[in-house]
Amino acid sequence: MTINVLFFAAFKEQLDCAELQIEAATVQTVADLQSMLIAKGDTWNKVLNTPSLLTAVNHTMVDSEYEIKAGDEVAFFPPVTGG
Amino acid sequence: MSIPSISTSIKVQLEDFDFALEVDNLEANNSTDGAVVTFIGRVRDNNDGLKVEHLFLEHYSGMTEKCLADIVEQARAQWQIGNVCVIHRYGQLNIGDKIVFVGVTSKHRKDAFSAAEFIMDYLKVSAPFWKKEQTEQGERWVAAKQNDQLEANKW
Repeated sequence: MTINVLFFAAFKEQLDCAELQIEAATVQTVADLQSMLIAKGDTWNKVLNTPSLLTAVNHTMVDSEYEIKAGDEVAFFPPVTGG
Repeated sequence: MSIPSISTSIKVQLEDFDFALEVDNLEANNSTDGAVVTFIGRVRDNNDGLKVEHLFLEHYSGMTEKCLADIVEQARAQWQIGNVCVIHRYGQLNIGDKIVFVGVTSKHRKDAFSAAEFIMDYLKVSAPFWKKEQTEQGERWVAAKQNDQLEANKW
């Protein structure tokens, strides 16, 4: 089973990536997932270390200690600007 | 006296909406509420000192609808409100286009005024929408405004 990872707005453009899949067995928390993605290169490092980065798991906002499991959808995005 | 009407309508859509039709829908089969408060947000031709030519709005389908429904439920927990409609558009929007609609009915005006303001303030800081502007100097993602967070924090 995998974890589905999504990126939105400026993050999606900077990474040139809207969506990717990660093997669930390799990560326990959101922070683990961030560390794994940071290792993919400089742009990934920059995006995933953005101080204002927000994370949602299964459509609910979470913090970096949140535990993720197989089948979860994890989204990383910048502060929202709707309305 | 009729049974109070408490429907919630959440729409996230590409297409424009008809203000008069949405107000009719809020008022339909609703003879217990005397107040209808509505808000419309439109695309401005300027932002942060630059002329804006048009906007592109991205959203997180699925989370957006859930988030807007949660905000309406929070409003229902705080105020005696009847029918609520929230519409938010995405995709390309031109100057003057409607972006967002919030409509709330209540028995008396204060609940509808407060709930509509609360829904807009929370939508601004929590619903997963992102605006990209096409300006005279190229395109840029709109930065979140600290003042919007302060407005939401006051509730």
